Amino acid sequence: MEELLSEWIPLLAKPIWTIIKIMAIVFPLMIAVAYLTYFERKVIGFMQGRIGPNRVGYFGLLQPIADGIKLMFKEIIHPTKSDNFLFLLAPILTIAPAFAAWAVIPFDVGLVLADINAGLLYVLAMTSVAVYGVIIAGWASNSKYAFLGGLRSAAQIVSYEIAMGFSLVGVLMCANSLNLGEIVMGQVGGLSQWYLWPLFPLFIIFFISAVAETNRAPFDVAEGESEIVGGFHVEYSGMAFAIFFLAEYANMILVSMLTALLFLGGWLSPVNFIPDGTPWLLLKVALLLFLFLWFRATFPRYRYDQIMRLGWKIFIPITIIWIVFVGFMMQTPYQDMFH
Amino acid sequence: MLKKIKHYIKSLILYELLVGLSLTGRYFFSRKITIQYPEERTPQSPRFRGLLALRRYPNGEERCIACKLCEAVCPALAITIESEQREDNTRRTTQYDIDLTKCIFCGFCEESCPVDAIVTTRIFEYHGEKKEDLIYTKEMLLKVGDTNEKQIALDRAEEEKYR
Repeated sequence: MEELLSEWIPLLAKPIWTIIKIMAIVFPLMIAVAYLTYFERKVIGFMQGRIGPNRVGYFGLLQPIADGIKLMFKEIIHPTKSDNFLFLLAPILTIAPAFAAWAVIPFDVGLVLADINAGLLYVLAMTSVAVYGVIIAGWASNSKYAFLGGLRSAAQIVSYEIAMGFSLVGVLMCANSLNLGEIVMGQVGGLSQWYLWPLFPLFIIFFISAVAETNRAPFDVAEGESEIVGGFHVEYSGMAFAIFFLAEYANMILVSMLTALLFLGGWLSPVNFIPDGTPWLLLKVALLLFLFLWFRATFPRYRYDQIMRLGWKIFIPITIIWIVFVGFMMQTPYQDMFH
Repeated sequence: MLKKIKHYIKSLILYELLVGLSLTGRYFFSRKITIQYPEERTPQSPRFRGLLALRRYPNGEERCIACKLCEAVCPALAITIESEQREDNTRRTTQYDIDLTKCIFCGFCEESCPVDAIVTTRIFEYHGEKKEDLIYTKEMLLKVGDTNEKQIALDRAEEEKYR
């Protein structure tokens, strides 16, 4: 027996240690998602002259927990003519990639679950898979509103993924690497060295595309409460709906994290006299998330054809022009600006 | 031409969007106007039309003389009145029911009443657990009037000069 144990413990140690590390990422993430919903209601309330949730716990701090408990006790309704398997697969397919993408996100030098050399490609692949959840949800519900929502989401995400991918090409040209940690380390040297400056148009386009990719206002046509009564998640209730909700907010945090890592120097401090560290990363992510909420409180929803026009006729040309410009500048004496 | 270029530049630097963001950004720090209802309340007008009540004269005699004007004017047909002659040969109601599930709080009954018997009060926080709870009988209406007579009389005095 003891021999068996001594043989197995070293073998099991690594997977268990990995699972512990995964937990260390996923649990804080879940809490962050829960409190992002609270934060969103507060921020939007404040911008509308209201005070937002303030009844459950001090300052309404227990509100997300109350919401979660309510959703857990609600029934998951299956529409009669829906496809049961796909209907339940869809929420799983949206949330799994939203969490899986976190595997390659570095929080500090070397503080990363899987330090793979094509991390950025992996993140892009994962966020693209999440779209299938939305499409399948729209299809499996067998409802015209859900179907329209799924279609809209598919077309929108295909359009904006290209602009997003092109703006990442700029970052790759500057950093010469697909590893997120190395991309951040390419920005060492204070505020002026962040890729934000040489790639400013790409930064703006990346962030706007990120808002579109996560189906957030003003690009939330896939939900479109006032047009298609909730879009792809019309037919979902209870925990199945909650999972879509979680995935949306987890994706928001993910793309904010990506923006912070790629353009805002990740965990690097903007000034030399304060040391680098994870708090900087979290601060940057929090600021970007605040922007998400600010946008939602400010802008009305885009009309569908305007979204397509913005994606195809404005963002893609601008990104291509800027990539060519960056490539050109790299051949001139000013290449240090674009390292 | 110049206008067109100006427009292009303006949309490229997201001018309008930034203006919008600055507006909501300012509102973020503005004073919040939420009134936290059970603890804070908005001021009520003396003309507030809430729960209905039947009034009495100061000597305890009920005001209603069963003229049935309110029953006739009620657009929602919420009032039901039966009347009889009392021993002292005055006409009084034997039944005065208001179905609050039908009542639309228009206040016509109050306006039509020649003796200020049926009045609207400032009470708006009442409830019934069954539908029957919301059919107010004469006794219930008189009780509402008795308990709130002070406020009702004050509001009537306030409004007297405009009538």
